[in-house]
Amino acid sequence: MSGSTIIFYLLAALTLVSGILSVSTRQIFRAAIYLLFSLIGIAGLYFWLNYQFIAAVQIVVYVGGIVVLIIFSIFLTQQAGEKLSKQKLSRKIFSALAVFCGFALTMLQIYQHVFYVTPDQAADVNVLNIGKKMLSVNEEGYALPFEIVSMLLLAALIGCIVIAMREKKTIDTEPAALDEVKKETV
Amino acid sequence: MEPGLYHILFISAALFFIGVYGFFTRRNLITMLMSIELILNSVNLNFIAFNKYLWPNKMDGLFFTIFIIAIAAAEAAVAIAIIINLYRSHRSIDVENAEELKY
Repeated sequence: MSGSTIIFYLLAALTLVSGILSVSTRQIFRAAIYLLFSLIGIAGLYFWLNYQFIAAVQIVVYVGGIVVLIIFSIFLTQQAGEKLSKQKLSRKIFSALAVFCGFALTMLQIYQHVFYVTPDQAADVNVLNIGKKMLSVNEEGYALPFEIVSMLLLAALIGCIVIAMREKKTIDTEPAALDEVKKETV
Repeated sequence: MEPGLYHILFISAALFFIGVYGFFTRRNLITMLMSIELILNSVNLNFIAFNKYLWPNKMDGLFFTIFIIAIAAAEAAVAIAIIINLYRSHRSIDVENAEELKY
């Protein structure tokens, strides 16, 4: 058993165990922290697969962005020390059963399927090639999706501000209020 | 055994169904969002594994992963804005209390 194999199994165990703990713990803050470790494990798997750029993006966006966002929203919405409500046992059992059946079916399909590997030369996945391909407008370039994602992020930014904005007490009701005052004085 | 494509597909499928289990059993919107993040991550891992082991001459899986990460970030931000707004009006982020969203 080589070192690389051991590291792979450690990362896999980290990812899966903290994923399971994340969906089963009853304390929401711990769930967020376990989610963090699960995401770090996945980033480690990307490193293990030699996709350093994706691993860096995973750490920056998920670990540095989304988990922090989730933790802040927990602070804003949850009372300290409050546990999540207990679920019905029957719901848990049936969910576990459904999930297990789905997993077994998927794995059966995967192990029966034979994958064909392309005989072509492996491309070099470094940041230079990724950047060139992302901004190229040729057939195999990704300039259009790149622009669309930038529009989507802008729309999400504006949408978040609009949704989370506190509504001001508008002064539009003033004429009606004035009318009422007039009636009262009359 | 030397880890290969099947091992990573196993992890990815397991992570996907862990996320589905969380989505079924949780009733708190933030924890449901966490389950969605797990599901999206398993999909990313799948794309990367197929790119690495089956089509190493192309980089399509890698770009799909990048775009999924970007869209997941946007989705999480919008979802949390909605959750905080819901908490302001209902003082609770339980899905049972959010059924007015239907109407």
